[in-house]
Amino acid sequence: MLATIGVSSMEELFESIPEDVRLDSWDVPPGISEMAVLDELTQLSRKNDEGLVGFLGGGFYDHYIPAAVDALSMRQEFYTAYTPYQPECAQGTLQSIYEYQSSIARLTEMEFVNASLYEGGTAVFEAATMAMRITKRSRIVCHESLNPTYRKQLLTHISNLDLDFVEGDDPEGAACVIVQNPSFLGSLADYTALAERCHEAGALLIMSFYPTSLGLVKTPGEMGADIAVAEGQCLGIPLGFGGPYLGIMATRKKHVRKMPGRIAAATEDAAGRRGFVLTLQAREQHIRRAKAMSNICSNQALCALRALIYLTLMGKEGLRELATQCHSKAEYLKSKLAFAEVLNSAPTFNEFAVRLPKNAEEVVRAMAARGFEAGLPLASVGAGEAGDLLVAVTERRTREQLDAYAVALEEVSCS
Amino acid sequence: MQLIFEKSKEGRRAIVLDPLDVPEAELPSELRRKEAAALPEVSELDIVRHFTLLSQRNFGIDSHFYPLGSCTMKYNPKIAEVVAALPGFAHLHPHLSTSEALWDRCQGALELTQRFEGLLAEIAGMEEVSLQPIAGAHGELAGTLLMAAYHRDKGHTHKTKIIIPDSAHGTNPASAAIAGFDIVEVPSGPDGMIDFEAYSKAMDDDVAGVMTTCPNTHGLFEKRIDEIAKLAHKHDALLYYDGANLNAIMGKCRPGDLGFDVMHYNVHKTFATPHGMGGPGCGPVGVGAKLAPYLPGPRVIKQEDGRFGLAMPEKSIGRMAPFFGNFMMAVRGYAYIRHLGGEGLKEVSEAAVLNANYIHARLKGAYQSAFDGRFMHECVFSATAQAAKGAKAVDIAKAVLDYGMHAPTVYFPLTVKESIMIEPTETESRETLDAFCDAMLEIADAAEKEDGAFADSPRKTPVGRLDEVRAAKELNCVY
Amino acid sequence: MRKENPEAVSTFPEDLRYTKDHEWVRLDGGVYTVGITSHATEQLGDVTYVEMPEVGAEFGVGDEVGTVESVKAASDVYAPVGGQVTEVNGELEDAPERVNESPFEAGWFFKLDASALADFDALMNAGAYETFVQGLDH
Repeated sequence: MLATIGVSSMEELFESIPEDVRLDSWDVPPGISEMAVLDELTQLSRKNDEGLVGFLGGGFYDHYIPAAVDALSMRQEFYTAYTPYQPECAQGTLQSIYEYQSSIARLTEMEFVNASLYEGGTAVFEAATMAMRITKRSRIVCHESLNPTYRKQLLTHISNLDLDFVEGDDPEGAACVIVQNPSFLGSLADYTALAERCHEAGALLIMSFYPTSLGLVKTPGEMGADIAVAEGQCLGIPLGFGGPYLGIMATRKKHVRKMPGRIAAATEDAAGRRGFVLTLQAREQHIRRAKAMSNICSNQALCALRALIYLTLMGKEGLRELATQCHSKAEYLKSKLAFAEVLNSAPTFNEFAVRLPKNAEEVVRAMAARGFEAGLPLASVGAGEAGDLLVAVTERRTREQLDAYAVALEEVSCS
Repeated sequence: MQLIFEKSKEGRRAIVLDPLDVPEAELPSELRRKEAAALPEVSELDIVRHFTLLSQRNFGIDSHFYPLGSCTMKYNPKIAEVVAALPGFAHLHPHLSTSEALWDRCQGALELTQRFEGLLAEIAGMEEVSLQPIAGAHGELAGTLLMAAYHRDKGHTHKTKIIIPDSAHGTNPASAAIAGFDIVEVPSGPDGMIDFEAYSKAMDDDVAGVMTTCPNTHGLFEKRIDEIAKLAHKHDALLYYDGANLNAIMGKCRPGDLGFDVMHYNVHKTFATPHGMGGPGCGPVGVGAKLAPYLPGPRVIKQEDGRFGLAMPEKSIGRMAPFFGNFMMAVRGYAYIRHLGGEGLKEVSEAAVLNANYIHARLKGAYQSAFDGRFMHECVFSATAQAAKGAKAVDIAKAVLDYGMHAPTVYFPLTVKESIMIEPTETESRETLDAFCDAMLEIADAAEKEDGAFADSPRKTPVGRLDEVRAAKELNCVY
Repeated sequence: MRKENPEAVSTFPEDLRYTKDHEWVRLDGGVYTVGITSHATEQLGDVTYVEMPEVGAEFGVGDEVGTVESVKAASDVYAPVGGQVTEVNGELEDAPERVNESPFEAGWFFKLDASALADFDALMNAGAYETFVQGLDH
């Protein structure tokens, strides 16, 4: 090969690197065999405790992932493929994105959906900047219902922009009002009236939602949200210590050209065969560069595929049943925690906050020793007092586990 | 092929839940949705068959050579998937890191995060790395926000501009713009390098940073990178390294030693994590000592008792991600680096550069080389001669598909007319490279002999060229 | 496959004025009509969307007033002369192909009230624009 190239050594290929910056040595340890890699990582993984009975939520939930989700999404034609820039050899990708968009549109009762964003927090940021482009205004109003981590992410992302960031829900002069349903503390609300107020004031309503809840709960579309965003982890994506996850974004038809991210569309080839392509690419960074709707280049396509397979496995009736189970089990647990004060005044879906007579961090530590991930101490995210604990229940928890948890929590916090 | 929605039959189910073992609760009607979401009603076998058949309409690396320039489509080792499936990683709740009371339950994940960040720092000559950015472009945004925070802290309020070469990937100007900067574009010279005169003219005290990469997006080592860095630093502008091309130089030289202050890594390119049809990526941000206090946080630290914990850097820009970015991609990338080791990574770059130059040598007689210099891990041609005979770069790309290989990148970089950019990566054998080169030569030959030879290519794919104008006008994006 | 514009012309209508951004302006009865030239449509390919300004909006010379998109490209549209928007070409919403079919007539974008006569006089005539286009490296 060197002879074909016309050089005599490998070194010659690197001759354009100036001598004085060439690396003599570095401190990257020598390679180890595949077997040793597996051993090392297995040992590291065992220093983590994933075997606890989980009541930890806070935006990320321990839902069951049906076996077919892994089996199908791990097909190499999906997971080793690149972005579908050559649509003729990427119809699997493009049709799956189209089907994903269609599923999310039906779930949210919104009109347009993009091919996905990074995760739920950056989706809020993208929605806020999208609202500023649409309204040509620069005030973001953030409601207390929003996940405080998303709020922090939003503040980081806008830290160098000249705009107004306001707490509350007053749409006057604002580009958008951002709400979350259910709220971070689990409370449900009907934001229809707020949507109307936003529209009268020329602002957009951005709603962060919990996809599983939409098996039962009134949709962002029905409430009149202009942009609906979500963390899609609950749709068949493993918790994985924080990612990769799935940023869902849906909007109204009139706003689609201001939406960031990839979008797949149906069309035909010359022979009249249906096929799918990426469309409206002129909004994106590879064409519009500095004037693009976003800098986003990738999407979480493999995670979107998992969500699509998950939603398809659940189906129309299954998703309703699943949501009913989550809600019912959470209500059952709530009824068993009479010793603690429930902080939600509104109805909740599958997560609620309680005030314990003891420091929640201490309670969580003691509960872990008894085999439970007891929940999220709200003070740790700046969303409550020392005794406040956020408790989530999914379909995976059995009645026995709920009963045992209630007993243990009472013992631990009232001792 | 039918859509999954078109296969729906009322009442058909795939998943059945256990019977509810607690009393059924009901939400107040004003909070309930009116109709169930109209998701497909299909059996598990319907679903398995549908998605299996769908997958067969894709080219993947395991089945097809994938020489996409600037994308680094190398083989994704299977061991990475095995370790990523370990339950101690895959099912770990991220909020275990939120409450100090639960840090004991995620020590392995915190340790891996710190080890991976340390390896990445060493590989690129950076001081510190944060795993938070979720993809390459998100790493760029983190980097530009870091530059902004640094200058704000130093009272450099006049620094509002970022210089970017015209050959840069579109995410560079987009990221800098989204971070609130004005973009100053500088041209490339005929040799494919940044036009140094134009760069010097553009550089002044209002410049906050310069975003570039090396080797640059033309596949060439930026020969005056040292002077570019010095001039930037003279004006207290920071130099940003786009990690897209790190695969060319591992073990040979390091961005940190070249004078770069801040960079992102593309773990999904350089460290072989699967591209997943366009994501998830993984784009950690690395910084020199100057920017370390501003890194996104919280960061993993080793506490005095030897246990791992979390702390916010002194002047942190805050959170880019809810937790540690795409942690599961870091698990895969870590396995890759451990498996190859320092020597192996160096061999990666050597083989990547060898393979690209081999392709260049074999094709340069038939396709016009875009530049005279020595290419590194990818090479660029201009198909203007073929285009004149009715075979534009896009037609050549479509023709390649019919050989059972993925097309090279076309029309990027934007600075080269009818550009064809080829990046074979290190994982391909000489036989595969030869088969590709033979195909490209046959295509060039056919283009020479017959006007518009590939106007109706590809012919062997499940669909032919699709009407993109119609797609954009009709916007049928939801069934 | 992109169709070459069948109406591609080598000369430009004499009664119009032109900008370096490949826009044209027609002055007729106290109203400026603005569109993009056949050279611009050839560069863009099939136009799929035109983002229009709002009727009543006021612009100065060089202000961004909208965008024109094709499948592979997007360009900003600038106000070639100052003025207030009096009308936009609603037909383009459903039939953006008019821009390619008839760039100087049916494919017009918007109209401005003709107050800024000095702006208009400063624009290129057809001959100057043709020389300008020929000088571009295309």
